Amino acid sequence: MELARTNPGVISGKSAVPRVDGWTAGAFLIAGLIAMPILAIIALALAPSDDIWHHLASTVLPHYLTTTAALAAGVGLGTLIIGVGTAWLVTMFRFPLRGVFEWALLLPLAVPSYVIAYVYTDILEYAGPLQVALRDFFGWTSRRDYWFPEIRSLGGAIAMMTLVLYPYVYLLARAAFLEQSVCVLEVSRTLGKGPWRSFAQVALPLARPAIVIGLTLVVMETLNDFGTVDFFAVATLTTGIYDVWLNMNSAAGAAQLAVLTLVIVALLIAAERWARRKQRFHHTTPRYRALAITPLSPGRAALALLACLTPVALGFLIPAAQLVGFALDHRPAPGTGRFLDLAANSLLLASITAGLAVVIGLFLAYGVRVSRSHWLPAAIRFASIGYAIPGAVLAVGVVVSLAAWDNAVDAVARASFGFSPGLLLSGTVFAMVFGYLVRFMALSFGAIEASLGKVTPSMDGAARTLGHSPLSVLRRIHLPLLKGSLLTAAILVFVDCMKELPLTLLLRPFNFETLATNVHQLASAELLEQSAPGALAIVAAGILPVIALSRTIRRSRPGQGPLGNRP
Amino acid sequence: MTLHKSLRTAGILVSAVIGAAAFASQAMAAGEVNLYSFRQPFLIEPMLKEFTRQSGIAVNVVYAENGVLERIKAEGPNSPADIVLTVDIGRLHDLVEAEILQPVKSPVLEANIPAQYRHPDGLWFGLTSRARIVFASKDRVRADEIRSYEDLAAPHMKGRVCSRSGKQDYNISLLASIVAHKGEQAAREWLAGVKANLAQKPQGNDRSQAKAIMEGVCDVALANTYYMGQMLSDKNPEQKDWAQAVRIIFPNQDERGTHVNLSGAALVRGAKNRDNAIKLIEFLSEDVAQKLYAETNVEYPVKAGVALHPLVESWGPFKADAIELAQVAKFRPLAARLVDQVGFDL
Repeated sequence: MELARTNPGVISGKSAVPRVDGWTAGAFLIAGLIAMPILAIIALALAPSDDIWHHLASTVLPHYLTTTAALAAGVGLGTLIIGVGTAWLVTMFRFPLRGVFEWALLLPLAVPSYVIAYVYTDILEYAGPLQVALRDFFGWTSRRDYWFPEIRSLGGAIAMMTLVLYPYVYLLARAAFLEQSVCVLEVSRTLGKGPWRSFAQVALPLARPAIVIGLTLVVMETLNDFGTVDFFAVATLTTGIYDVWLNMNSAAGAAQLAVLTLVIVALLIAAERWARRKQRFHHTTPRYRALAITPLSPGRAALALLACLTPVALGFLIPAAQLVGFALDHRPAPGTGRFLDLAANSLLLASITAGLAVVIGLFLAYGVRVSRSHWLPAAIRFASIGYAIPGAVLAVGVVVSLAAWDNAVDAVARASFGFSPGLLLSGTVFAMVFGYLVRFMALSFGAIEASLGKVTPSMDGAARTLGHSPLSVLRRIHLPLLKGSLLTAAILVFVDCMKELPLTLLLRPFNFETLATNVHQLASAELLEQSAPGALAIVAAGILPVIALSRTIRRSRPGQGPLGNRP
Repeated sequence: MTLHKSLRTAGILVSAVIGAAAFASQAMAAGEVNLYSFRQPFLIEPMLKEFTRQSGIAVNVVYAENGVLERIKAEGPNSPADIVLTVDIGRLHDLVEAEILQPVKSPVLEANIPAQYRHPDGLWFGLTSRARIVFASKDRVRADEIRSYEDLAAPHMKGRVCSRSGKQDYNISLLASIVAHKGEQAAREWLAGVKANLAQKPQGNDRSQAKAIMEGVCDVALANTYYMGQMLSDKNPEQKDWAQAVRIIFPNQDERGTHVNLSGAALVRGAKNRDNAIKLIEFLSEDVAQKLYAETNVEYPVKAGVALHPLVESWGPFKADAIELAQVAKFRPLAARLVDQVGFDL
């Protein structure tokens, strides 16, 4: 098996003597490599930055902080309500199109937030079709005649990000609900609690770790976003970072602001873990039967249908339709002749990264489980915090750490062999994949950890007592249980790589274009309509895996195999 | 071999294998030149293709924005970059400050590019210029209402001004030029005056300012010249409407002149293809490329005597602010702080 080859130490893990086993050492090594760019940013932050803090604190910093907090809270709350609510509906109730919504609710995941922001601005602004229609209908003639919510605002940014990010919460919440033993819920029902109270008092608390991981991903993605907030002229910590870096010419100041963001995220995660420090969320029974799906009265079924349709329509159908409209109206822009090449580059990079991210994420998540080291979880959490850093800043961290490695290798080669290999990794596809892995570690590790945490350690204990090595336990017990979340991790990383922009721009080799860079160069030249084919291709490439994901998750429910008695 | 040494060797081998496997397109062979470009590739592709056709030298491009400077710095003497192309004087200045450029001495460049549009020591060369002009509503702005940037801050423009973010590169450069001419205090007061006149919170891009004027949100806005040309030639008929709602005003014609910004090229310190790189920069300053810039990007060529785009031609000549742009760029960090102090974007 792959893992065995990369880390022969694990095979000998049969011994129960506490020592630094190969698995722990390997996990530390990988976490260390992934953490390199973050460490590079911290090193950058240690340089002096003039009196940037005094300037910021006396001018815009309070505003950055409150706006950022409002944005994160708004998007967090929005994704929580939509994600958990729809997940519960499609898991527990029967209503029309429920089977379609199971996967369709994931579709907005495929839409980049910068694209949805462009599209809705086009629809909702003064000259857009909606306001034109309203003016025609009511006979208004100018903007002063009526009030219409401004899309380019904090509220607009919250709405846009909520629409494309809620699938993270939906995905993890749904997986958690599906994995819950029906017995627990039945006990709750027998004790006289209705479906709603069972949800609030049993299912929701049990799913909390998974939902929190989903929410953490959402908040981190919200914090690292630059495209949407910049386009909507909302001043957040991230726009501040770019400003200090590029306008005030202080990379050190920007790195310091980025580290501040990281500290805030780390504190939030720590606080949440502390709040549930005494709780354990393992499944205590291996008994899984098909969930009893409650039929709904026609009125309620209609409401459930509407509740699921709204986010899908707003987050996917409308923007996709608008993009199709743009694409049909406009001939492709110059430079899009190699469209298939671009798509191939994007797909290849995203697939390679997704595969590696799952192997590494599984290795690390399982490392945390089998290792006796208390430092390992902290090291891995640190390594996966890169997701909260604005992409362009993280890209600089990657560039700096890879170039340092390359230049060191080059210096050694010159000294020892008298030839210069130049930069071996910088500016290659390897650099891009490494950058993606650093950025999206939180996705793969988080998704796998969420699922692994629910498997009771007594299973591991029993198997180990029977003489199985950790690797063997992983293969025979965990992998079958984890199949769904491994695929979840793979597809989250895949879809995010397809959309990824700042690292792609900076790390790529010469003459290398992807769909995302194509969309960006046209959109940044204010040629929105011409960027539509590329944006559509990104969305389309995300759809199939997303559907596959949903089907696998449904089948992955324990007790849902050939012997399952699901109708 | 000691353990230490064998580890080193292993490191080299791993790097070599991975590097080779990752189909690195490192430029080693002769007959190449490597660009890191802030400018969108489709805007420079026609010139680069023509260069390759004439010279046989292949041109490789990485188009990136943020972090190019840090990438070159980190790569050090091994950096494959030969030339950096930028679209703003600020980036050129940052490259100079980071000490990652080398001077070029070229009679061709000195003949083609006016001294004002190149670095005194030949560290960078401007290739095109664009003026920061005022878009004004055709119907609602009288000719005498806006004659200068200063008028944008005057009381009679209250509630009539639109702007994109004060932090946007071109706005920062304009503000830095005001600092350079009139000092920090005067620049701060000017910016506060413009803020007091804003019709809405700063937002959107240059095109959306024209759109806002058409919609009646405001009467005037700052924009770059080439956007006018791009809107008029856009396939989307809407954009023509926006452009046709506004006329353009070159501010400060009676005094210091209209602020201009540059797109330019600079030679990287460790450039491996130095000769090819200088050939390319020279080519970009010659008639063929300058004419392409004028036609396709609707910009002002820096070389005198090159035909302008018909639209640009129709605006007639204007007086450009003659201040040395390196002097302006120096004040960019201060200008960015002024935007914060005034709370322009909030």
